[in-house]
Amino acid sequence: MKQEKTGGGQVPEFAAANGLIHRRELLRGGMLAAPALAAAPLLGAAQAAGIAPWTLQPGRPMSGYGMPSEWRRDVQRIFTLPPGRPGTGASRTPLHQLEGTITPNGLHFERHHNGVPDIDPARHELVVHGLVERPLVFALDDLLRYPQQSHIRFIECAGNSGANAGAAPPQATAGSIHGLVSCAQWTGVPLAVLLDEAGVKPGGAWVVAEGADAAAMSRSVPLAKCMDDAMIALFQNGEPLRPEQGFPMRLLLPGFQGNASVKWLRRLYVTRTPAHTKDETSKYSELMADGKARQFMLEMEPKSVILKPSFGMNMPARGYYEISGIAWSGAGRIRGVEISADGGRTWAAALLEEPVLSKALTRFRLAWRWDGSPSVLMSRATDDKGGVQPTHAQWATRYAPGQSYHCNAIQSWAVDAQGAISNVHV
Amino acid sequence: MCMSDLRAVVIAGALALAAMPVAGQDAAMPRGPGLGRPADADLVRRLDITVLPDGTGLPEGRGTAREGKAIYEAKCLACHGIDGRSGTMDQLTGGVGSLASGKAVKTVNSYWPYATTVFDYIRRAMPLLTPQTLTADETYALTAYLLSIDGVVKTEEVLDRSTLPRVKMPNREGFISWWPVAGR
Repeated sequence: MKQEKTGGGQVPEFAAANGLIHRRELLRGGMLAAPALAAAPLLGAAQAAGIAPWTLQPGRPMSGYGMPSEWRRDVQRIFTLPPGRPGTGASRTPLHQLEGTITPNGLHFERHHNGVPDIDPARHELVVHGLVERPLVFALDDLLRYPQQSHIRFIECAGNSGANAGAAPPQATAGSIHGLVSCAQWTGVPLAVLLDEAGVKPGGAWVVAEGADAAAMSRSVPLAKCMDDAMIALFQNGEPLRPEQGFPMRLLLPGFQGNASVKWLRRLYVTRTPAHTKDETSKYSELMADGKARQFMLEMEPKSVILKPSFGMNMPARGYYEISGIAWSGAGRIRGVEISADGGRTWAAALLEEPVLSKALTRFRLAWRWDGSPSVLMSRATDDKGGVQPTHAQWATRYAPGQSYHCNAIQSWAVDAQGAISNVHV
Repeated sequence: MCMSDLRAVVIAGALALAAMPVAGQDAAMPRGPGLGRPADADLVRRLDITVLPDGTGLPEGRGTAREGKAIYEAKCLACHGIDGRSGTMDQLTGGVGSLASGKAVKTVNSYWPYATTVFDYIRRAMPLLTPQTLTADETYALTAYLLSIDGVVKTEEVLDRSTLPRVKMPNREGFISWWPVAGR
């Protein structure tokens, strides 16, 4: 591997072609003279004008619920309101503007089918019935007295990244394309505890979950998943669930398509067979080229996205940059993320930030010395069951033309000689 | 029995006990305080609006396509268009036989495997602005009307809790279950 001196006198070790630096350099803190991706710092301007005004007067007082700086009001969920359908549809997490792996509650993506209900928690109840020994009803205050468990889990819509499914790659930010995924610490009651209390009868094999929103959205969930790691979530990153994520209680099925994690949960109906609801037949099913459709493709496949640098960010000069992004899989933990800077010819292993958790977002990083030439950046995730992201060309052969659910094709970003970044399919 | 025989019996007994599954319990899973209250049959009957493919959950009532047309024009046409097509919202009819063509049109009649799903969905979610306001008769009639547009049922055919589950949708055999995940 060709090695050169950096400004600080250290010699980086390259792990793949076109400037990808071995991930152990990040552990040494060895990135130097990195041009900023954002605007130039204000330091020089403040020094020229004298003491900054905010230092010369008292600031504002305490507040009941803190909000981000007004200087960052551009960090918002991404959405358009379709005409005639107020409050129905989706909003996306601005992934490319965030760091780490935890999505702040106010930026968690939204997806609903008839608006966000305003539920009075004192009147809301959860009923468990069907093939059970004891049909039961629970109030929120009851569930809060149960032993709680906390888990960091992603939720991803099966339609996430659907804009990338077709032949023409959309020229849009990473958040616009891939933002129907978020990750939070969910705290609540394991569903198995409640089902055991009700006593599932022999023959019970599915649980039909239903929400209290105006869509009364319902999905059939395999009993095996309910007894495994499913939970009734009550808290989101330490505070009560947000209304957009299901206040006062939701079903949380780790690793499964988000639609099945029914929000505003009000009923669990134990049955022998699935109900074949609208949202597991008409929607959230995958049409194949031969005209048959796959149903209950519940587990989300491995996926990764480079968030920096990505569309909308200009790379101002040659030199060192950190490539960073997120990876996840519904099958379990991310085993590794590989990065290519030459359109997939050579690959280097990225550093994964600890802890690497099952069915949660994982942050990956790798240092890159960009030599100013046109480059194509790609990331490829592998999970602990051996699942690997396909290229776009491979993914495109899986389903009928026009189908866009479960698009986990590799995201490729082309950097041109001026540092402008575009979305490309490889 | 000599001592070694007795020891063998005790050991065998202990092993047998250890191997017995303890129903519904995992030592690592916390038990709850058992605060669920009994849900009586009336509460369940009032809340359970799920319709299963075999017809379980369908209420008393009846309707025909002829009756459904008038209801559709009053309550559905504004969003779903004439004959369930060319509205601003999802296309409901047409596309039968198009699924393998490369230009699939997925509608109630071309794609949905069960007619009971139509009843279930209309009753719980439609119309969008005033959900759960339709009567059982109206829901049977609307279901019949939509199915009749592509000839899945006839205009005068009565749909009720016994005939609706027997309707065979064109795409009834078109779905493959992908659960459980292969190899696990």
